[in-house]
Amino acid sequence: MNHGPVIFLAAFLALTASWFGFVLMPDIQVGGLQQTNMVGVAATYPVERPGLAREGLDVYRANGCASCHSQQVRQSGTVCNVVMTDAGTNRVAVIDVLTQELPDTSRSEIEQMLVGLPKTVLKGSDRPKANRMVRALKSSGAKSSLSIVPVGPDIARGWGKRQTVAEDFLYDDPVMLGSQRIGPDLANVGLREPDARWEYLHLYAPRLEVKGSIMPPFRYLFDERKIGQAPSPDALALPPDLAPPHGYEIVPTRKAQGLVAYLLSLQATAPLFNAPLTVPPSAEPTAQTNAPSKNP
Amino acid sequence: MVSSQTTTQSPSVQSQSAATMAPNSPVPSAAVPAATDTQPPVPSPSEIDFSCRLPLLVLFLSGAVWLLIASAFALIGSIKFHAPDFLAGTPWLTYGRVRPAFIDSLLYGFCIQAGLGVSLWLLARLGQTRLNRRWAVTAGAAVWNLGLTIGVVGILWGDSSGFAGFEIPRYAIPLMFMGYVMLAFGSVVVFNQRRRRELFVSEWFLLAALFWFPWILSTAALLLDASPVRGVVQAIISWWYSSNLQTVWLGLVGLAAVFYMLPKLLARPLHTRYLALFTFWTLILFGTWTGVPASAPVPAWIPALSTAATVLTLLTIIAVAVSFYQTACDRSADALVRSSDQPAVKAQARTRTSALLSSPERLALWFVTWGVLGFIVAGVMRVLSTLPGLSETLGLTWFTPAQSMLNLYGFFSLVMFGAIYHILPGVIGIQFPSTRRVRAHFWLALSGIALVVLPLAGAGILEGVELQNPARAFVEISSATLPFLRVSTLGDLVIAAGHVLFSWTLAELVLKCYRARAVSAYKTATADLFHPVEVKS
Ligand code: HEC
Repeated sequence: MNHGPVIFLAAFLALTASWFGFVLMPDIQVGGLQQTNMVGVAATYPVERPGLAREGLDVYRANGCASCHSQQVRQSGTVCNVVMTDAGTNRVAVIDVLTQELPDTSRSEIEQMLVGLPKTVLKGSDRPKANRMVRALKSSGAKSSLSIVPVGPDIARGWGKRQTVAEDFLYDDPVMLGSQRIGPDLANVGLREPDARWEYLHLYAPRLEVKGSIMPPFRYLFDERKIGQAPSPDALALPPDLAPPHGYEIVPTRKAQGLVAYLLSLQATAPLFNAPLTVPPSAEPTAQTNAPSKNP
Repeated sequence: MVSSQTTTQSPSVQSQSAATMAPNSPVPSAAVPAATDTQPPVPSPSEIDFSCRLPLLVLFLSGAVWLLIASAFALIGSIKFHAPDFLAGTPWLTYGRVRPAFIDSLLYGFCIQAGLGVSLWLLARLGQTRLNRRWAVTAGAAVWNLGLTIGVVGILWGDSSGFAGFEIPRYAIPLMFMGYVMLAFGSVVVFNQRRRRELFVSEWFLLAALFWFPWILSTAALLLDASPVRGVVQAIISWWYSSNLQTVWLGLVGLAAVFYMLPKLLARPLHTRYLALFTFWTLILFGTWTGVPASAPVPAWIPALSTAATVLTLLTIIAVAVSFYQTACDRSADALVRSSDQPAVKAQARTRTSALLSSPERLALWFVTWGVLGFIVAGVMRVLSTLPGLSETLGLTWFTPAQSMLNLYGFFSLVMFGAIYHILPGVIGIQFPSTRRVRAHFWLALSGIALVVLPLAGAGILEGVELQNPARAFVEISSATLPFLRVSTLGDLVIAAGHVLFSWTLAELVLKCYRARAVSAYKTATADLFHPVEVKS
């Protein structure tokens, strides 16, 4: 008996099965991914990063930022909130509904809820309960909406509004999701630190911005040059011990500009069908108004 | 040729088990007629060893040099956790470049080269054939090293591909591919010309590994470099590639060496062949599907499947553990020998333990034994870090590099060290210049690995647990892991010292060999001048 060829074939199939499963199938399924519609917003997602940011992706790759930074936000689930936008005219009926739906809340707290709308009246609940409340409020004449809020330690830490999904990386090449968090997750760093000056200073001297940071400085992405007629607008404002000699200034090179443009473009927040998330109506402009938090 | 003690087989066990246990025993048995009368006689082990000398020396020596290079990169990277400003002004020595340079030097420079050398020798010995394509194989090793050198310089230059475990820039891959094909070609020819037809389990492992690497390498090269696929498919393929390289390829080659060396060094047959084959099938069936972390932003079935497959690799781990235990602790084989009426068998059984105590073979056995333990622990760590419930904590932390260091150093490198120490003296025909140095290497390697893996795993668990608490600032958490990382620098240093001893031993052996050859060549060349008559007689 010669089982040789049969065994060889079986071993061949055993090995290559994974190739069909983890190379071919994902390429068919995810490789054909197209822009999708965002949920509730008339826009498609994703859009390609601007040209400078795409150059920045290359700087990110060349300097191995991904050895210290992941771009994978995890969520453990979603909860529902009910946001009341308008109490209507029948306050008594609304208060009745709220008292019934929120048995643990005192009367005075409930009355407080009707002041200064919009307000979140139900937090962290499951979907059926939230739906019931929205319906009840509607029948009492109030207006409210249900919002879906992803939760989990990453999200609580402010690393993202929802988990990252395949769509977020559709136009990146190479895709660098990272495997380790020696530094914070960067999938949404553009939301957290929207200030380019902060990013430049942080790259030049991380400990200037974040005390106790172990991120290496990237001074070779900056040029020291003689101040011309007037100081250039993007020169770094450095403290005396780091400042260049008198008459000189530190300016970002094209590489640093690209890198920062890329970092600012890292905002994976679009609500999608496979990653639902309701953007709270009042919270639209947060990215501009919130001061960047130093310690995420 | 010179036939040293270490390479001669134990004839007693061989004749004892020839009829019943031939496929279990890595020692080719004379009782199985391998050759028909028309074929030339089966070459002796020392002839086979001699035929492999040049390529093995090139592979092992360049592997040792890559180990030193890897250690230098590891140390530079590690010191940055003591002083982030250390060498930060030099673009090519920034952390994000030296870290991949370290991993790739270790993986492609040492692990794969040593693995290929050991495979070649195992196939030649098990198949009882000489290596006839010595030059093709040696040239293959040279091309591989050239490609890898270009690749590592490219990473430092800033041309890394950006894929973890596959950072070698695209322009270096074709050279490495070519080098590999030439190397593997030599092995396949050896296998094809084998004289002992029935296969020992190690040969299964080696053949699968030889075939699988070019497959995964070309997939990665084509779909990540040449015409990149879109979006996160890149990440999936790169995870698939690197886990197939580090789990499956290293597993296949390392276990092939283990299944050969254990019985050989213990002078006992492998406990059961079926368990070894079970290891083989589970490894290629399940190991190939691992690597995608639970947090991956990809369709959910992919990480789910990968997690299931990773859990199933427990079967492989258990099979290896049982195989190891039964082979190493199986007293019945000894009893068989003891009850034998052949005086030679009895005498050998009596002296074996004491002989092993002082011989370098015992050191090789230590390396292999600890390598098997490393395989088991690294495998369990891999399973733990993917289990639902634990992956949320352990994933994306220092636990991941702790696991991969244990796999690369604590399993594969240890087994390779043992194999090289076992193979080299016979190949060169010289005994070890210093077993004390080998012993020192063993202890340095072991303590260094412990000093790297334990602190990193500790840092990972700490980091994972602390990150669950959003009130804890990230910088505080990273500061809390620093003491662990700093201890691991010590581990890197100790490992590096071990590598120095290893390279030193290798270099000394090779020098001695070539000096002896030069002297004898000189003697033969000049013999005519001094003693013309004697030489003729
Ligand atoms: C040795 C590891 C390491 C490398 C390499 C590294 N970083 Fe960091 N990074 C950190 C650590 C640690 C922090 C957290 C402390 C801090 O904010 O400085 C951090 C923080 C950051 C932050 C601020 C994140 C936040 O949430 O506030 C940004 C942005 C950043 N890094 C970008 C980069 C870029 C871009 C690169 C590559 C050029 C890079 N990092 C390379 C370790 C690293």
